[in-house]
Amino acid sequence: MVIEREGMNVVIVGHVDHGKSTLVGRLLADTGSLPDGKLEAVQQQCKQNAKPFEYAFLLDALKDEQAQGITIDTARSFFKSSKRDYIIIDAPGHIEFLKNMISGAARAEAALLLIDAHEGIKENSKRHGYMMRFLGIKNIAVLVNKMDLVGYDQKVFEKIKTDYSQFLAEIDLVPKSFIPIAAFHGDNMISGSKNMPWHKGGTVLDVLDSFKKEAPLDQLPFRMPVQDIYKFTEDGDERRIVAGRVECGSIKVGDDIVFLPSGKKNRIKSVEYFNGPARREAFAQESIGFTYDTEIYIRPGEILCKSSEKLPHVTNKFRANIFWMGKQPLIKDKTYKLKILTQQVPVIVSDIVQVLDASDLASSREPHVDRYEVGEIIFETLKPIAFDVVVDSAPTGRFVLVDNYEIAGGGIILAPIFDTDSNLKTHIQKRDYNWERSQITPQLRAHKYQHKSALIVIAGKIDTGKQRIAKALEEALFNLGKNVYFLGVSNRLVLATQDSKDKVLSKYDALIHLGELAHLMTDAGLILITSITDIDHYELAMIKKLNNPNRTLVVCVGEDSRFNPESVDLMLVENEESDAAVNKIVDLLLNAVVLVSEYEI
Amino acid sequence: MGKTIDKLDTLESQSVYILREAYREFKSLVMLWSIGKDSTVLLWLARKAFFGHVPFSLVHIDTSYKIPEMIKYRDELALQFKLNMIVGQNTQALKDKRSYPDGTVDRISCCKALKSDALKNTLSGAWPRLRLNHKTGQYEQDTNTEPYIGVIVGARADEEGSRSKERYFSPRDRNSDWDVGDQPPELWNQFKTDFAPGTHIRIHPLLDWTELNIWEYIERENIPITKLYFDQGEGKRYRSLGCYPCTTPVHSSARNVSDIVKELREGKFKNIAERSGRAQDKEDGGGLEKLRREGYM
Repeated sequence: MVIEREGMNVVIVGHVDHGKSTLVGRLLADTGSLPDGKLEAVQQQCKQNAKPFEYAFLLDALKDEQAQGITIDTARSFFKSSKRDYIIIDAPGHIEFLKNMISGAARAEAALLLIDAHEGIKENSKRHGYMMRFLGIKNIAVLVNKMDLVGYDQKVFEKIKTDYSQFLAEIDLVPKSFIPIAAFHGDNMISGSKNMPWHKGGTVLDVLDSFKKEAPLDQLPFRMPVQDIYKFTEDGDERRIVAGRVECGSIKVGDDIVFLPSGKKNRIKSVEYFNGPARREAFAQESIGFTYDTEIYIRPGEILCKSSEKLPHVTNKFRANIFWMGKQPLIKDKTYKLKILTQQVPVIVSDIVQVLDASDLASSREPHVDRYEVGEIIFETLKPIAFDVVVDSAPTGRFVLVDNYEIAGGGIILAPIFDTDSNLKTHIQKRDYNWERSQITPQLRAHKYQHKSALIVIAGKIDTGKQRIAKALEEALFNLGKNVYFLGVSNRLVLATQDSKDKVLSKYDALIHLGELAHLMTDAGLILITSITDIDHYELAMIKKLNNPNRTLVVCVGEDSRFNPESVDLMLVENEESDAAVNKIVDLLLNAVVLVSEYEI
Repeated sequence: MGKTIDKLDTLESQSVYILREAYREFKSLVMLWSIGKDSTVLLWLARKAFFGHVPFSLVHIDTSYKIPEMIKYRDELALQFKLNMIVGQNTQALKDKRSYPDGTVDRISCCKALKSDALKNTLSGAWPRLRLNHKTGQYEQDTNTEPYIGVIVGARADEEGSRSKERYFSPRDRNSDWDVGDQPPELWNQFKTDFAPGTHIRIHPLLDWTELNIWEYIERENIPITKLYFDQGEGKRYRSLGCYPCTTPVHSSARNVSDIVKELREGKFKNIAERSGRAQDKEDGGGLEKLRREGYM
């Protein structure tokens, strides 16, 4: 058995033309990681063509050879020190490629940040520094390159060191070291420099080897975002398995668990893993599955936590820093899709506290965050979500924002916010304030029509006879002389859009639409009946709020654990007969004072 | 206390995570199975992800020039693992004899017709799909012609230049175009799973694996693999499987998986790329990147 060497992903960042290719080429050459004779061949070729040799040519040559079939990956170059294997992740310096840079750097454990001694600190030197901080990369060294161009002058180095340290201090980042190098000539790359005897801080390779791997995530409280719940029945498989990857912590059979945000409790019955020895424990970073003691309804997106440990925050408002990569700016009051762990929910930009230009840290208060800017934002979701703040648990405190199908921003959560002031509430207040009223009051209308208005939502799972009951109810009330209308488009609104548009956002839009429509019709004095499949407690609450101050009654057909019992006014059994169902609902209407007897003729 | 998560565990965990994300996000999902070692590892990882089950169809594009043992092995494994097996083919091109072995077109054009075009039209449902009937062991025309939106592919970043630029979730537009310069960001395991109508997504769970990782994993998991990869006593074996006119065996006396792992770690293949036996890679400089843009896997 071969003993496995430690590996480390390193990203090399910095302003364009500050020497990334040279640095990579030199590291590969000096650590003996190139194919035999490759360096000499490229040097010879340059000589023949009377071109000065550059290490960038070496990388190009490797790329060519790769196309021809030699195993060097230019997007990910490998080199070894005596301590460990390094994988260099390609991270383009040009601003246009920021999202590529982010994709690469997000996987890095360490970063080398290059600054050209001759050109000095440029905007991307700062922006990339900021991004390293943002991405939570702790192992950082700053390399002041091209020292040969400034005569190996210590003063130039010290000036850049002072200025850049000051910048980094402002964003609360302390690099492990600053090293003056001339990558092209090999000064302070893997051995010390005769040209800069004043530098005592070691070489690039020394500082890489001094970087420490992050502590294993096993030490943090247990978090497993639920990716899915599987029940594959083929071959008599009876298991209902909750599947996901353990982000941090560890867990074992018999541990008491709680799913958040739903708060449902359970206990681990078994650890499920295909084609391996039987397991009783699971650890951070494993993609695994569990069965639990009692059958409960769980949806993808919940976080499986250990009851005995510190639990994540559950709320619908939080403060975060984001960086924006979208073609369109991030705008206040606009709804985006939030993806955090395996939760996907609509989120409203409820406030933009400040906007920061990451290249100079100049902050301003604006109603939008432009591309490549950084913002401190208050976000609000319709339903509570579960998360940690990034300083407590980095893997569970990060999210992305989706705008127009694209991942347009990344964010880290700074703090949860617990208050009752919601964006929806403000919207409704504004709407009602602007709603011009006539002489015909709801009371007058009710007297005339002989009933008050109401929205009757018939909810429940698919194929439980909801629509049939809704139509029968409409007919019965109509025959009683009531102003009643069956709104048959709710399911279409809520479900049909799912094929063509973003599922999460289109459902949210449709529910708002439905709530406003209901409000209009109940305001006109109608009894509005509608049936909706696939709606939960929070979505129902939103429709109720939009329909306020008019009455909303909820009839649930069949068991549906997505509702809190208190939000349901009447339970019917699945596929209940129309007559029986209608009688029960009419009773409910009478009790709920919609059809008060004093108005009956 | 803690279990040491080694390199293969990490690779497996990431691939399984990607597969589960794909299964949750895409209603109409398939996996391409070329019968080679990579996509067979991918198939195994699907069984890992779904606890012994494979809850989507597997698509194989039969160019008719595959080494016969490959087809036999495919059907044996499909029956054993109870796979929903679908086969597609460019029957028109074969009828018209538009292929490299027929001597009418060059290698790249042959790949385009027999692989890329066949794949594109099998995925879209425009051409007939043959589905394995597990009762009879025969292939029958599939009644489902719905286009597949998510396609899981076993590409590895270290295979050749163009593949190193891929993402785990890589969108292709209506024309299967791939915009190499403008790819979605991927960070903190959040992938692009939202897409405009008409887009489809290639999913690459094996992107981080190397050839050596693949064989180490085959060894660790004891994954059944076609014998073509092993020397049968003639001092030759296939290192990469494709169509027989364009794939030549390498000289090697590796007779089993552990021989191959040893050969890759310290033996003569340490610094020679796997696809060196694939002729189409050499045909022209940007050929494969172009083919990939056109839908080649």
